[in-house]
Amino acid sequence: MDFSQQLSQYLLSGLATGAIYALIGLGFAIIYNSTGIINFAQGEFVMLGGMFGVYFYTVHQFPLVAALLLAVLCAAASGVAFERLAIRPMRRAPPLGLVIITIGGSILVRGIAMLVWGKDTHALPGFSGDEPIILSGATLLPQHLWIFALTVLLIIANKLFFQYTITGKALRACAVNQRAAGLVGIDVRRMVMFSFLLASGMGALAGIIVAPLTMTSYDVGIMLGLKGFCAAIIGGMSNGIGTVLGGLLLGVLEALGAGLISSGYKDAVTFIILLLILFLRPQGLFSRGESERV
Amino acid sequence: MRRELIKFALFAAVVLVIPATIKGGYLLNVLVFVGINTMLAVGLNLLLGFAGQISLGQAAFYGLGAYLSGILTATYGWNPWTAMAVAAIAVGILAFVIGFPILKLKGHYLAMATLGFGIIIYIVFNEYVDVTGGPSGFSGVPGLSLGDLHFDSDLKSYYLIWTMALLVMLLAVNLTQSRIGRALRAIHDSEVAARVLGVNARLLKVQVFTCSAIISGLAGSLYAHTVTFISPSTFGFHFSVELLTMVIIGGLGSIYGSCLGAALLTLLPEFLRTFQDYDIVVYGLLLIIMTMFLPGGLVQGFELLWMGMRRLRPGRAGRNA
Amino acid sequence: MKSRFVRMAALLLALLFAAGAAVAAEPIKIGALFSVTGPPSFLGEPERNTAQMVVDDINKAGGIKGRPIELVVYDTTGDPTKAVQLATKLIKDDNVVAIIGPSTTGETMAVKPVTEKEQIPLISCAAGIKIADPVNPCTFKTAQNDTLAVERIYEHLQKHKITKVAILTVSDGFGASGREQLKNQAAKFGITLTVDDTFGPKDTDMTAQLTKIRGSEAQAIICWGTNPGPAVVAKNARQLGIKLPMFMSHGVSSKKFIELAGDAAEGIILPTGRVIVADLLPPSDPQKKALMTYVMNYKQRYGVEGDHFGGHAWDAVMLLKKALDQGADTPATIREEIE
Repeated sequence: MDFSQQLSQYLLSGLATGAIYALIGLGFAIIYNSTGIINFAQGEFVMLGGMFGVYFYTVHQFPLVAALLLAVLCAAASGVAFERLAIRPMRRAPPLGLVIITIGGSILVRGIAMLVWGKDTHALPGFSGDEPIILSGATLLPQHLWIFALTVLLIIANKLFFQYTITGKALRACAVNQRAAGLVGIDVRRMVMFSFLLASGMGALAGIIVAPLTMTSYDVGIMLGLKGFCAAIIGGMSNGIGTVLGGLLLGVLEALGAGLISSGYKDAVTFIILLLILFLRPQGLFSRGESERV
Repeated sequence: MRRELIKFALFAAVVLVIPATIKGGYLLNVLVFVGINTMLAVGLNLLLGFAGQISLGQAAFYGLGAYLSGILTATYGWNPWTAMAVAAIAVGILAFVIGFPILKLKGHYLAMATLGFGIIIYIVFNEYVDVTGGPSGFSGVPGLSLGDLHFDSDLKSYYLIWTMALLVMLLAVNLTQSRIGRALRAIHDSEVAARVLGVNARLLKVQVFTCSAIISGLAGSLYAHTVTFISPSTFGFHFSVELLTMVIIGGLGSIYGSCLGAALLTLLPEFLRTFQDYDIVVYGLLLIIMTMFLPGGLVQGFELLWMGMRRLRPGRAGRNA
Repeated sequence: MKSRFVRMAALLLALLFAAGAAVAAEPIKIGALFSVTGPPSFLGEPERNTAQMVVDDINKAGGIKGRPIELVVYDTTGDPTKAVQLATKLIKDDNVVAIIGPSTTGETMAVKPVTEKEQIPLISCAAGIKIADPVNPCTFKTAQNDTLAVERIYEHLQKHKITKVAILTVSDGFGASGREQLKNQAAKFGITLTVDDTFGPKDTDMTAQLTKIRGSEAQAIICWGTNPGPAVVAKNARQLGIKLPMFMSHGVSSKKFIELAGDAAEGIILPTGRVIVADLLPPSDPQKKALMTYVMNYKQRYGVEGDHFGGHAWDAVMLLKKALDQGADTPATIREEIE
C-alpha cells in the first residue's frame, strides 16, 4: 500500500461523504433563498426520510422503490405541516424568533420519532448490494454511486426548475424581494410552503439514500444537519453547484484530516478551515459578494 | 437609574430570602444551577439582546472557564480563587482576539462561525485526554472556601453563586443604563446609522463579546468548583442552544428576563419529569408555542398581563394615564 | 468523625420512629439513575427496564421480609450535571437507602462525590476502572471490567502470535476507558500498537482511519465502541477489502450489532458477558438457568431481546437484594453487607 493509493482512497471517501453533506445542504439553501429562514429542523427531515424508509421497507416489507417514494412523501408532508403550523403564523417574527421556532421544531420532530420508533439504530440494505468497486486502488460501494448520481440529478433538476418553470421563477422572485413578488401577483405564502415541501422532500431523499451507509436512528439529524448547514455556508447558500462544491470540499477536508492529521481532531480541522473561509470570504467560497442593504 | 437600582434591590432581597422559604433539599440544589445559568444567560443577553449579535458558542467560554479552573487547581495545585481569576482573564483575552474577525460577520454567518468555534473547543476538551481527562471527564476539582467557610453545602453554594449572579446582573443593569448601553442599542437597531453617529461599532461589539465571555468563564469556574467534576458533554453545542433559548424565552434585552428564562429552563425538566419519555416532545412544543404567542419573552408576557389587569380596574388605570 | 457519629445516631433514631409508625409494609426505597434518553440511551433503557422488571419480580414474590421494594428511577439523559442534581434529589427528597446507576463512567464520577458525602451506597452500572480506583467504601460497580475484556482479547492475540495491533476507539467515555486499558496492558502481552486512532460517536464514515490502518504493519484491528460506530467500521473494513482479524469490545455484544453490520459482522471476535449467548451455553453451566429466565422474561415483557447492558442492572439489583435479605435496610448497613 503506497502513499498515493492511500491518498486516492481519502479523496474518494471524502467525495462520497461530501456528496451526502451536499444533498443535505441543498435543502438549507432552498428554504433560505425563498424565505430567508435558516431551517434548523432540516436535519430532522433527513432523519425522517431514513426512518420512514426503514419503517416501510423493513417493517411493512414494501418493495424498495415503493418504500422510498412513500418515505419521501411522508417526510414532505411533515415538512408542509411544519410550515403551516409553525412557520406561517410567524411570518412577521424577527429572524431570531424563527431560528428558535425551527430549533423547537427539530426537538419536537426528534422527540416524536423517538416515541414512535424507539431509540434503536436501523440499517437499510444497499440498493445494489455491498460488493465494493475498485477504482485506481481505492474502493467505493455501489451505494456511493447512487449518492453521486442523485446529487448530479438534483443539481440538474434544480437548475431546470429554477430557470425554466413558472413556479421556479416565482420562488426566485420571492428570494429577491418578497413584497415585490407579492405585488406582481405571486402567492408568496404558497411559495414559502412549496419551498418547505421541496426542501423536506429532498432532505428525506438524502436521508433514505444514505441510510445503508450511515445507518439511521432518531438522533442522526443533528450531526447531518450541522454538516449540511456547513456545506451550504461554504457554498454561499446557493441553490445549486455552490452548495454541492461546498459539501464535497467539506467531505474531502474531513477525510484528509482524519487520514493525515488526526482522526480525533478531524472535525476541528474542518471547522478551523470553515472559520478561515468565513473570515476571508464571508459571502462563501463560490458566490460573488452582495452589497449590504441598510 | 434610581428606579433601576430600587428594582434591583428588591430583586436581590427576594433572591436572598428564597432559601428560607423552601425546605432545602433538592430544590435548593437546582436553584444553585439556576444561579449559574442566570449568569450565562445575562452574559449572552448583553451580546444578543443589546448589541444584537448572535452567539452559538457560549458553551465554549463556559467550558474553558471550568476546565482552566479545574486544571489549574487539581493538576497544578493553585488556589481556587486565583485560578478563577486567571481563567476569567484568559477567556477574556481569547474572546477579544477572536472577536475581531468573528464579529465582522453578520446574521447566520455569525451564527455559523460562533457555532464552529464552540465545536472546536468542545473537540479539544474531548481529545486532549492527557490534560482534560477526555470524554470520561475530569474529577477532583477542589471546592471553594473563604477562610474557615467552606462552600460545601447547597445552602452555602446558593449564597456564593447568587452573590456572583447578582453582581453580574448589577453590572449588566449599569452597563445598559450607561452611554455604552445606548450605543449598543443603536448598533442593534442599525449598525450603519450608529457608525455614522460616531459610535466605534466594531470595537464596542468586541468589548461586549469579551465581557460576555468573561462572565461565561466565571460561571464555568463556579460550576467546576461546585460540582467538583467536569466533563465535555456539559459544554456541547446543545447547551449553547439551551442558553439561547433561555435568553429568548425570558425576553431579549431584559436582564430580569434572562434570569426568568434561566429559571424556567432549568426547572422545567423537573416538572416535565412526570411526562417521562414524553418530556422531549413537550419541551419542543413549549419552545414553539412560547415563541409564537410570546415573541417578546416572558417579561413582555408579564407586562401585558399587568397592563391587562390594570385595564380591568378603570379607576386606577385612568389615574395613571 | 464526630459529625458522622451524630448523623448515624440521628439515622438510627429516625429509623426507630419509622419502625414504630409503620410495622411491616413500609417499602424500601431504592433510587436509580439511568440515561434512558440521550446519547447513552442504549445503556440506560435496557437497564431501566431490567431493574424495573427484577424489582417487580421481587415484590411479586413477597418483597424483602414482607417489605416491598420501591424503585425510584430518574432519567439523566447522559448529562453529568443532571445526574448530580438527580442524585441529590434521590437522597434528599426521596430518602432512598441506595442508588443504582448511573449508566456511564462520566456520570458516575460526577455523582460519586455527592453519594460519598452523604454516605449512600452507589452501585454503578458503568464500566470505567476510574470508578472503583481508588476504592471507596460507598461506591461499587457491577459492570464487566474493561480490564477483563482487554485481557481476554490480548490473551487471544498472544495465543495466535499476533504482536502488532491497530486500535480504533470511539471518542466518548466508553471508548476512552477502553483505549486507556488497551494502551496500559499492551506491553504486558508483548503487543505493540502500530496505530492508535479514534472516531466520533456519530461519525458515518471511518474509511480514512481504516485506510491508515491498512497502510500500517498491523496484524489485527481492535475496535472499541458502542453501536452504531463499530457497525460502520465493520462495513467500511469490508469495503476496503481489509482481511485482518477484527476484534470488538463487549460494547457491541448485542444482536443489534449483527443486524446493523449485516454480512460484515462475520468473523469478528468479541468478549462478552454470557447473556447474549445464553441459549448456546451447555445445560451444565451453573448460570444458564438464571440467564435463560432473564432473557425470556425480558423478551416477554418488552418485546425485544435483553442484552448484557440490562444484565448490569440485573446484577446491581441482585447485589442489593442480597444485602437487604441480610436484614440491612439503612445506607450504612447495606454498605457493610455489600462489602
